[in-house]
Amino acid sequence: MEQDTKVNDELILNSPKLTEFFKTVAGLTTFSLQFFKNVFVPPFEFNEIKKHMVELGIKTLPIVTVTGFIIGLVLAMQSQPVMQRFGAEYFLPSMVALSVIRELGPVITALIFAGRVSSGIGAELGSMRVTEQIDAMEVSAIHPYKFLVVTRILACTLIMPIITMYVDFLAILGGYVAIALSTGINFQLYIDSAFKSILFGDFIPPFLKTFIFGFIVGAVGSYKGYNADNGTVGVGKASTTSVVVSSLLILLCDMIVVKLSIWLWPTT
Amino acid sequence: MADYIIEIKNLSKSFGDHTVLDNISINIPKKENTVVFGKSGSGKSVLLKCIVGLMSPDSGEIIIEGKNVLKYTMKELNQLRKQIGFLFQGAALYDSMSVRENLEFPLIRNFNFTEKEINKKIHDVLKKVSLEEAIDKMPSELSGGMKKRIGLARTIVTEPKLILYDEPTTGLDPITSKEISHLIIELEESIDTTSVVVTHDLACAQIVADRAVVLKDAQIFFEGNVKQLVSSDDEFLKEFFGNEVLESNIPGNQENKE
Repeated sequence: MEQDTKVNDELILNSPKLTEFFKTVAGLTTFSLQFFKNVFVPPFEFNEIKKHMVELGIKTLPIVTVTGFIIGLVLAMQSQPVMQRFGAEYFLPSMVALSVIRELGPVITALIFAGRVSSGIGAELGSMRVTEQIDAMEVSAIHPYKFLVVTRILACTLIMPIITMYVDFLAILGGYVAIALSTGINFQLYIDSAFKSILFGDFIPPFLKTFIFGFIVGAVGSYKGYNADNGTVGVGKASTTSVVVSSLLILLCDMIVVKLSIWLWPTT
Repeated sequence: MADYIIEIKNLSKSFGDHTVLDNISINIPKKENTVVFGKSGSGKSVLLKCIVGLMSPDSGEIIIEGKNVLKYTMKELNQLRKQIGFLFQGAALYDSMSVRENLEFPLIRNFNFTEKEINKKIHDVLKKVSLEEAIDKMPSELSGGMKKRIGLARTIVTEPKLILYDEPTTGLDPITSKEISHLIIELEESIDTTSVVVTHDLACAQIVADRAVVLKDAQIFFEGNVKQLVSSDDEFLKEFFGNEVLESNIPGNQENKE
């Protein structure tokens, strides 16, 4: 029995997947720390940051527009009969706004952003790595991390709150359409009752966590792409693993931030 | 005593159990073109990457203009890199930038040129590679030969003291290869520089080389001029260059270049 446990322990410790996992965690941590070391050091590539922000915004706009509106619409449609059952239909606009602002807006936007942007960054930097463009930059005495990675992480971190606010607005609008179709509520009344019960603590922590989500998407995509190898296979792998790792980290981080925010800004 | 720009002493580099460079020592004279031959995986590109600091050797010294670059800080290494040009095998043009942006990228960031000076440099260098019309094109719109020419233009636009070429003619047809080889010579004469060329292409070497080095089994197998190389009786060298070596094609080294 003791022998079996020892064998299992050895198998776990020698597992290539586990080694790979810890390598990724260590690599990603070091890679992200380098961002803070480089972000305040000139030259500041403002034009690159602006260019990436516009590109990322345009890239994600169609999908977040549709998703945002549908989330609000479906949430209101699904919740209405339940709220009616408990005689709480009056609170439906508040429930939609609170759910969207506190949780659904930031998390769904971050997951879409991860799928659309993290994979794109992973593929773009991965392709630059395997075609020696990153090496070319390095031998030209230009810091590739600063030019390629810092600008992308910063662009993701700054654009994410803006996109989330846009999604929140559309989702609340979607909720209005669903409720208005069934009850005929006017827009002013809907907005008044939606925002009447929203407190400072409902708005600030979710807004702050969108910066963290943006950072995760940019950092994971850049890390996977920047360290890609094995030619085109490596580029594909960088792209897909970027989405998986960043989505997982977004959910884990959300759990921690929600717990922290409840502790720091109790809303009841 | 010859004046060397690079002195490589007892350089070794391994990847796991595989040794690619085993205690090699080479000197690269100033204002000369040295061609490095060797089978695939013989460590030619690794040697170039060690010189420019893209890879760290396991042991040995790389002395450039009297200083061991392996002891340089990142800041010192970047100062050195501003004086070195590197042409990658696939040209490594930045996909997201136009030809103009590719060429101005190192000039804007590493030097204090005015916009007018940068424009002049870009137009001059594009004229030298006969691709002035490609200035606003993206790399995806260029053929393999054009990419190599633009890569070459980007390499020399900063007028480096030392240029390292990693297989400059690989993947090109014989005519374009010859054009690129002649272009290398013309451009180098215009900026008076030293080169190290890694290649498999004997025709290219015959055009550009002053000296030849052959790597075999992670060590220096041959060192001399191209004439000595192609007229060698050594079985390995005969096999390596195969039918490319024709008596009528044996170069007279310097004379052949002229």
